[in-house]
Amino acid sequence: MTLAGWLQIGLILGLVALTTRPLGLYMARVFSGERTFLSPVLGPVERAFYRLAGVAPEREQTWLAYTRAMLVFSVAGFVSLYVILRLQAYLPFNPRHFDNVPPDLAFNTAISFLTNTNWQAYGGETTMSNFSQMAGLATHNFLSAATGVALAIAVTRAFARHSATTLGNFWVDMTRAALYVFLPVSLLIAIALIAAGVPQTLAGSVDATTLEGAKQTIALGPIASQEAIKQFGTNGGGFFNANAAHPFENPNAWTNLLQIWALLAVSFGLVITFGKMVGSEKQGWAFFKIIAVILASAVAIVYAAESMGNPLLTHLGLDPTGGNMEGKETRFGIALSSLFAAATTGTSCGGVNAMQDSFTPIGGMIPMFLIQLGEIVPGGVGSGLYGLVVFAIISVFVAGLMVGRTPEFLGKKIESREVKLAMLAVLILPLSILGFAAVAALLPSALSSLANNGPHGLSEILYAYTSATGNNGSAFAGLNANTPWYNVTLGIAMVLGRFAYVAPVMAMAGSIAAKKKVAASLGTFPTDGNLFVGLMVGVILIVGGLQFFPALALGPIVEHFLMFAGKIF
Amino acid sequence: MLAHVRPAIVLLALFTLLTGLAYPLAMTGVAAVLFPRQAGGSLILRDGKVVGSALIGQNFVSTKYFHSRPSATSAPDPKDPSKTIDAPYNADSSGGSNLGPTSKALIDRVKAGVEAKRAEGWTGPLPADALTASASGLDPDISPENALLQAPEVARARGLDAGEVRQLVLAQARNPWMGFFGESRVNVLKLNLALDQME
Repeated sequence: MTLAGWLQIGLILGLVALTTRPLGLYMARVFSGERTFLSPVLGPVERAFYRLAGVAPEREQTWLAYTRAMLVFSVAGFVSLYVILRLQAYLPFNPRHFDNVPPDLAFNTAISFLTNTNWQAYGGETTMSNFSQMAGLATHNFLSAATGVALAIAVTRAFARHSATTLGNFWVDMTRAALYVFLPVSLLIAIALIAAGVPQTLAGSVDATTLEGAKQTIALGPIASQEAIKQFGTNGGGFFNANAAHPFENPNAWTNLLQIWALLAVSFGLVITFGKMVGSEKQGWAFFKIIAVILASAVAIVYAAESMGNPLLTHLGLDPTGGNMEGKETRFGIALSSLFAAATTGTSCGGVNAMQDSFTPIGGMIPMFLIQLGEIVPGGVGSGLYGLVVFAIISVFVAGLMVGRTPEFLGKKIESREVKLAMLAVLILPLSILGFAAVAALLPSALSSLANNGPHGLSEILYAYTSATGNNGSAFAGLNANTPWYNVTLGIAMVLGRFAYVAPVMAMAGSIAAKKKVAASLGTFPTDGNLFVGLMVGVILIVGGLQFFPALALGPIVEHFLMFAGKIF
Repeated sequence: MLAHVRPAIVLLALFTLLTGLAYPLAMTGVAAVLFPRQAGGSLILRDGKVVGSALIGQNFVSTKYFHSRPSATSAPDPKDPSKTIDAPYNADSSGGSNLGPTSKALIDRVKAGVEAKRAEGWTGPLPADALTASASGLDPDISPENALLQAPEVARARGLDAGEVRQLVLAQARNPWMGFFGESRVNVLKLNLALDQME
């Protein structure tokens, strides 16, 4: 670890902190239906969209109708993306004449992008036409992000309102998220990325003759426009197989700074949006502290682990001060690779600028653990916020048990129904992650996909189901996931992680919205103070730890000790 | 459910047009006007021919050139397309080795690399980047320490003064902004182009 490394990490996280409040307050205005400085331009577009779609923007929906609208929209997105991928050979913008995407891979990819997971079982530059990248994948980068934010806003309204039957209108929230938040900022990010060297062209590739006379085919495409929303919408699906480690996606430290800011900005901002909309910005800042404490600790652990290098390679003669450089790019070094790894898994982004399969055991375990916590520090756009609310409910429930009072959160009494629904959502994660991983660890056909033996092989399987269920999309990428078994089971895990999680959360929101707000009394446990921050950090770590520690002990933890004992596989 | 079908299909179609076509095509237009060099991949031309991209690494095997980092990229085997063969710096198929820290394959590869460097006369602790594969397999840069260790061999192969080659490395090295932001690095392709120009 170096001072320069810490300064780089501090600079980027400081920038995120600086934009949290302005972005959060702006989004609060957008979702309260107020005018913003973009209304003169986007207002007419928005109204035209509603008119064509037959949406009455003032008509609100119950939690059930809201959830159904989201589900119908997701199914429509799945079908359209699946069809685009299956027919790409007949569609335009296919300069490299890629064939249609095979059925199991198209199934996996369509689910992957509509659930905001963006798991890639394919290499972009060898599989996807420019049309598939733009009209297929980039569209869903916007829409899955906007859907997540809409759901979070509906959950927010449950606490902002009292004795209410409706939570807003899904079509309006989703449209406003895409038009007022994701599109304008993506435009700016894309232009900045192009200026810094990220290609943006409809050409498929260019051939170069190297200095030694060899032919080098360099894949190109509309990369910058994709990269911008990929990060800003915490999608994470790269244009290239190597994702943001590819020099065309991420050419230097400045683009790296912009991308890490982009992938954290909305999820951080939304906690302030939540606070503002429920009438207690202080509650938003309490969430901010919870996220910041866990995320910063995670960055520090990854940075420490990666800086020490691999003792097995140090023993062979490598300079340990260089750190663990296998699977890392020179221009990012250890500090910015470690920060990226923690940020991309703390959110549900899942883009990578280094190959996490080659991280040290502890450096690779922390990203996996951050996903297993439920993608809430700060989580995906929207999904992170409603995940935080679920943990807040569980935390006040635990506090209520301690003092023997009915728990309250933001003036709403939390009763048995809400706690049951919150736990139901939380338990989807271990069910899917541990269940699928256990089966895969026993199946010879699943084991033949491993790139590494020993405990690291188990880590590869565990990471894959963790990433899919958490809707993250990063990978221990040595695992060959483009097989029918993994394409199908990881696809199911992604669906469970998104929809089986959010359905009980929306039911919980419906029941909370219907409650009266009770005034805080002397006996009310304040949820915006540091005591609550500490309690909720504890609840998050204990729940996550208890569920996944045994599995992690058999993978990365045992590998850590074996590495220091000099054992190789 | 049926009431939701029309908004779902219409909004999906409209957003596909707006965010899936209008947005990337508009960005492509803006890029072509404002930043044509970057938009096309920061290509480097010599005598009117494309010799590579400033951002994409190349494989160098001759002792007359500085060498890039090891690369784990592969290409389809021409004899059997279902298999792959090693193809370092294949800019058509990026990727890392994905070998874990306790992988025997990783240890064996680094061990062979270390032995080769020792045979070339490298002493002391070796720069990590010289023996590890990058994440993309296309890393355009190496550390200045790595380049300086290669300088004597390159100078010998070209019959140049070793001090001059070291000077060239130092002139090509890019240092962190304000001394802390970014990493010290040397772009191997640009360094080798400058080397060719010295003669």
